[in-house]
Amino acid sequence: MDYLLTEEQEQLRRLVEEFVLGDVNPYYEKHGHEEFPWPLFRKLGELGLAAIPFPAEYGGGGLDYSTYIVALEELSRTGSRLGGALAVHGLPQLILNQFGTDEQKSKYLPPMARAELLGAFALTEPHAGSDAASINTRASRRGDKYILRGQKIWITHGGEADIYIVMAVTEKGKGAKGVSSFIVEKGAEGLAFGKRERPMGLPHHTREVFFEDCEIPRHNLIGREGEGFRVAMTALDSGRITVAATSLGLAQAAFDHALRYATERQAFGHPIADFQGIQFMLADMATSIEAARSVTRKAAYLRDRGLPFNAVASMAKLLATDTAMKVSTDAVQIYGGYGTSEDYPVQELFREAKIGQIVEGTNQIQRMIIARELLKKFKQ
Amino acid sequence: MNIVVCLKQVPKKDSILRIAADGKWIDDRDLSYEMSEADAYALEEALRQKEKHGGEVIVICMGPERVRQSIKEALAKGADRAIHLYDEAFDHASDAAGIGRALAAALKDEKFDLVFTGLQSDDYGFAQVGLVIAERLGLSSATIAMEVQPEEGGVRVKRELESGWFQWVKIPLPALLTIQSGINQLRYATLKGIMAAKKKELREVKAADLGLTADDLKPAQVIERAYLPLKSKQTEMIEGKPAEAAAKLVEKLRFDARVL
Repeated sequence: MDYLLTEEQEQLRRLVEEFVLGDVNPYYEKHGHEEFPWPLFRKLGELGLAAIPFPAEYGGGGLDYSTYIVALEELSRTGSRLGGALAVHGLPQLILNQFGTDEQKSKYLPPMARAELLGAFALTEPHAGSDAASINTRASRRGDKYILRGQKIWITHGGEADIYIVMAVTEKGKGAKGVSSFIVEKGAEGLAFGKRERPMGLPHHTREVFFEDCEIPRHNLIGREGEGFRVAMTALDSGRITVAATSLGLAQAAFDHALRYATERQAFGHPIADFQGIQFMLADMATSIEAARSVTRKAAYLRDRGLPFNAVASMAKLLATDTAMKVSTDAVQIYGGYGTSEDYPVQELFREAKIGQIVEGTNQIQRMIIARELLKKFKQ
Repeated sequence: MNIVVCLKQVPKKDSILRIAADGKWIDDRDLSYEMSEADAYALEEALRQKEKHGGEVIVICMGPERVRQSIKEALAKGADRAIHLYDEAFDHASDAAGIGRALAAALKDEKFDLVFTGLQSDDYGFAQVGLVIAERLGLSSATIAMEVQPEEGGVRVKRELESGWFQWVKIPLPALLTIQSGINQLRYATLKGIMAAKKKELREVKAADLGLTADDLKPAQVIERAYLPLKSKQTEMIEGKPAEAAAKLVEKLRFDARVL
């Protein structure tokens, strides 16, 4: 494992950096965060960034996760919203690529790679978040169709996305083993969207999604019946690496602001960076970012080599999102009163950081996953 | 239409610059680099001309290993091949004469219709290298190009003059143009372009390949001392009646401070 970026990764990082400075920041300054940033999303497709780790034969970049996370981190260097949107778009792509039939892959992956279609992942329900096996949305076979009935909540890109990967129960009473996953296209009869939710710092559009006797073709089942939970968990294992990467970008952004501000802001006749209290904060911030980046890269490295990576992915997610929270909190502290002002950037990073500790499995769930791996070998 | 683009890599615009210990130039440790801005526009113009008229875009760049990054970026954006003047001997070529001599020597045997350079580099800002190349290779040349229109037997060039004036000139090919920043909209590289760049020709050239020695490249001009501009504050009281004082103030703001 190399700590330096490859020439190709560095080029990709620079491309993303230019895109962020040239298009992303000006777009958000002009349009704010109210609407889904369609022009930016489409541009990701044009630049070849909407499917970096997916196969070239389906229009993807054909690159590894180690490269993908470099792009995600850089895309999040002024805030994690677009990086977060790309990571969410990646979940259905990952599922289709890994578990889809050739027909499903050919139909959906190329337009998703071109960013003509936006993807979403619909697992969470009002009474089933971390405890994903207790979802209630039902899918029943009727002839050559499935009929979906139920409700999802906090669905990122809900109402905006064109493709939803939906987890639903096909066999009641079997818990996780009774869950299956389906492709639902926007426009399907019985698919409806609820009110816009406004979670602090979460990307763009998050909505409730309703399935009111929603009919989908039988061949929209992904894999076999009963495999849905495994499909979802496999996607989340990889998704955690992407959440870690976007959180790292956010943490680095907050740190860069704080470092510069500390050298400019004067107190008692000195820049505040001259004071040991501030220096210790900066040192701790930088150290924790380095540590989180190392673990995130290791998770991607293991995944790229086909080695077990889920515990390290959980460590990366846990460490990177906690780091983003702590670093952005300290960045606000270093800015003092200005840190809380909407005229300064760090308060927004601080508000965006929190959700990282909750999505893709709360950080408590990550600890459970890590502990389960640690204790596995002692079990009979 | 084959076009050569001369690229220079310079410290990034947002770099925090410190003076080196010898006091003669900036401390280049910990710096990040990028393509000089006007050169990026020159590259973009070449790529656009190629898209309209066909042909080949060749980039040439002199410098240590790090400049490969800018060369690769140019290839990723669509240049067809690259020449890298990569040799410690080239480190001696630190002024416009030396840099121009080296680049001209490397281009002597290339077949091209146009050579583009940026108007001036973001570091030294001599605005001379292009003209030195043109002179050494016997090319016609035009500076501060704002628009480039190849036509039968030559190229029409819109040049920027002072005070918002422009001038159209027609010069024969082969020609060298120094390109003004902002004449077009820069493109991004794409992931596909980055991957494709890996397979493109990147030829390394040593000073000896060009028949040049360190002596040939010795600068004619030496930097004695580099220093940061001194910040100073001067207060001037403008006396007189309010109307007169205001008029005087406006005059000073316009002609002395040049902020109006």
